[in-house]
Amino acid sequence: MANNNIGPKRLVVGAHYGLKDWLAQRITAIVMAVYTIVLLLAFLTGSNFSYDGWAGLFAQQWFKMMTFVVFVALFYHAWVGVRDIWMDYVKSVSVRLALQVATILWLIACAGWAVQILWRV
Amino acid sequence: MSEAVKEVAKSDRPQFRNIHVTQLANYRLPLAGLVSILHRISGLFMFLLLPFILFLLDRSLTSESTFEYFRILTSGWFIKLVILALSWSYLHHFCAGVRHLVMDMHIGLDKDAARQSSVVVLAVSLVLAVLVALKLFGAF
Repeated sequence: MANNNIGPKRLVVGAHYGLKDWLAQRITAIVMAVYTIVLLLAFLTGSNFSYDGWAGLFAQQWFKMMTFVVFVALFYHAWVGVRDIWMDYVKSVSVRLALQVATILWLIACAGWAVQILWRV
Repeated sequence: MSEAVKEVAKSDRPQFRNIHVTQLANYRLPLAGLVSILHRISGLFMFLLLPFILFLLDRSLTSESTFEYFRILTSGWFIKLVILALSWSYLHHFCAGVRHLVMDMHIGLDKDAARQSSVVVLAVSLVLAVLVALKLFGAF
């Protein structure tokens, strides 16, 4: 296939804009939905509603990793959704760009916080 | 004749604009539209309260003493209301999201089916939210 991404013949229109984010939003949603069900099952089948029971669940490495993946999915999902909101309602390009940058920085910061919470248990 | 056509086109061309914010209260949204805007509002609400959610998770996991703090904090009625609002947001967002995924597979796209599924989304998420409320405020 010819390289259409450079020079005067660069592809500037097409049906692919947004497809990646649309798909990412669906996939991250499924990841979070599955995790919700796992967490609910763990909660409903567990009888130890104390700190030991709760922290014990998060102390397991597989649960930490799964929770981390879900957090990353959550932040990507939130980025797509919040970006849609800024694009729909904020007409000024400069304000919109500022809000989008702030959203990304904020979500990255939250990802760092989530890692700190998870790996401190 | 061509001039007459031009004049009509200039003066009588209808303009379609989005409704103004002040008209929102009088606008009767179809149920599918209600589910849609609630999907957006619940998503934004959870995004804005993200630091609160992470804070609660942090307090509940860090140590036994912070867990005790978490228990006391979440026993207040205002915090319980916030948690209930977050729970309903999550439940609605979840159900409306599943509806989206089903519609992505070209199921239930026509007007009647979309209305029916929007009723299901509202009903299921509200019933589950009521269960959460009863649990939160100690009915069982």
